[in-house]
Amino acid sequence: MVWQTIKRWYHMLGSPRYFYTFSSLVLPWLTPIALVTLLTGLVWGLGFAPSDYQQGNSYRIIFIHVPASSGALMGYMALGVAGLVAVVWRMKMAEVMLKAIAPFGAALAAISLVTGALWGKPTWGTYWQWDARMTSMLILLFMYVGVIALQNVIRDPRQAARAAGLLAMVGVINVIIVKYSVEWVQTLHQGSTLKLFGESTINPAMKYPLLISMLGLWLLYAVNVLMRARTEVMWRERRSKWVAKLVTRPEKGER
Amino acid sequence: MSAFGAALKRELLVLWRSPAEMINPLFFFVMVISLFPLAISPKPEVLAVIAPGVLWVAALLAVMLSLDGLFRRDQESGVLELLLTAPVMAVVPVTAKLLAHWLLTGLPLVLVSPVLAHMLQLPNAVLGTVMLSLLLGTPALTIIGAIGAALTVGLNRGGILLAVLVLPLYIPVLIFGAGVIRAAAEGGAVNGILAILGALLALTASLGPLAVSAGLKISSGN
Repeated sequence: MVWQTIKRWYHMLGSPRYFYTFSSLVLPWLTPIALVTLLTGLVWGLGFAPSDYQQGNSYRIIFIHVPASSGALMGYMALGVAGLVAVVWRMKMAEVMLKAIAPFGAALAAISLVTGALWGKPTWGTYWQWDARMTSMLILLFMYVGVIALQNVIRDPRQAARAAGLLAMVGVINVIIVKYSVEWVQTLHQGSTLKLFGESTINPAMKYPLLISMLGLWLLYAVNVLMRARTEVMWRERRSKWVAKLVTRPEKGER
Repeated sequence: MSAFGAALKRELLVLWRSPAEMINPLFFFVMVISLFPLAISPKPEVLAVIAPGVLWVAALLAVMLSLDGLFRRDQESGVLELLLTAPVMAVVPVTAKLLAHWLLTGLPLVLVSPVLAHMLQLPNAVLGTVMLSLLLGTPALTIIGAIGAALTVGLNRGGILLAVLVLPLYIPVLIFGAGVIRAAAEGGAVNGILAILGALLALTASLGPLAVSAGLKISSGN
């Protein structure tokens, strides 16, 4: 039953027109929810969570740093999945998604690097260190840049998306190998304090605002992807009747 | 297998008849390496520290730059279209092409590397490890780079784009390749790291040609 539903969703959302209508219904809800969640997490974390007994208040950048890092990593994984679907099944919406996911992910990787550097100065006494996680994030940023550059250079949008998709698939394998290979060199970074399974090593008073800002940022990422995908769908389908109709006489409920 | 043999023979012949494509990467390798003693310091103790990295970065760039034109001539002459529509799976001629390219551009780098390593003041005991690391590493570099070359084959501004696509993918090979020479120079154990390099080669050699032929199909619009 579950499988059938997933399959139906896959086929329905695979249609650009259905996706457009569906996202018009979702976005008016998802956008405020994402913003409120992110703001709650940030205000709670930056303003009200207790300060750290070792790092004082400087640790508070965690409420931006960790959500941005996790978002960048998940974004690239999503890019790889979209790439697989686009290359193997040539699904149009996966191609659109490839284009929609990359820019926000690259921005998050950059934010993660900058906040990490700012956090590193007071705690480790240096802005930059070639430690495992920082190096992986830098390489992740490079790989986002590669995917975006390849998409921009190839003229035909479908071909561009499939080329970028193949690169993203290779990139996902590379991310995993890079993570282990740079760990082998040396590591300075603290281990993960949040664990999905087992005991987290973070105080609950800090954990909840962190989880909330993470959730908020992921939702915001989803909003951004949906909005970019809508513009891309409109552009790709600009010669179709439904887009022409939409542009000349907006229906009720459509944005 | 005869299709593979025929393709390999053709590629070797084509490369053999345009010797500049074989010789230029080799000279690039030698020239880049000789820049470092001039730019940083000719002192033996400094050179010995930077030598593993210099050797590997130079080899990596030489391999990458040699790949820029890997599929271009075939695309311009229409051979590529025939390869992709031939009754053999595209992986077969692609693998032959990669093998031929490595034999005539990658292998020479491996063969001259002990001379350069010696010039960079690495101890003689390490020279074997230098060669072995490049022997395992350069084919992986050729295959990974060919994925980028396949994706950019139809574009006239390949060079720098190829670097942007491929350099991040080279990093694991670089880390272990230079790492094993460093470990050997410090007198540490090398077998484990060489095994990881071999594993990376096995991974790229088994999946890489598939990705290269998929990339060629995408680039040619099939």
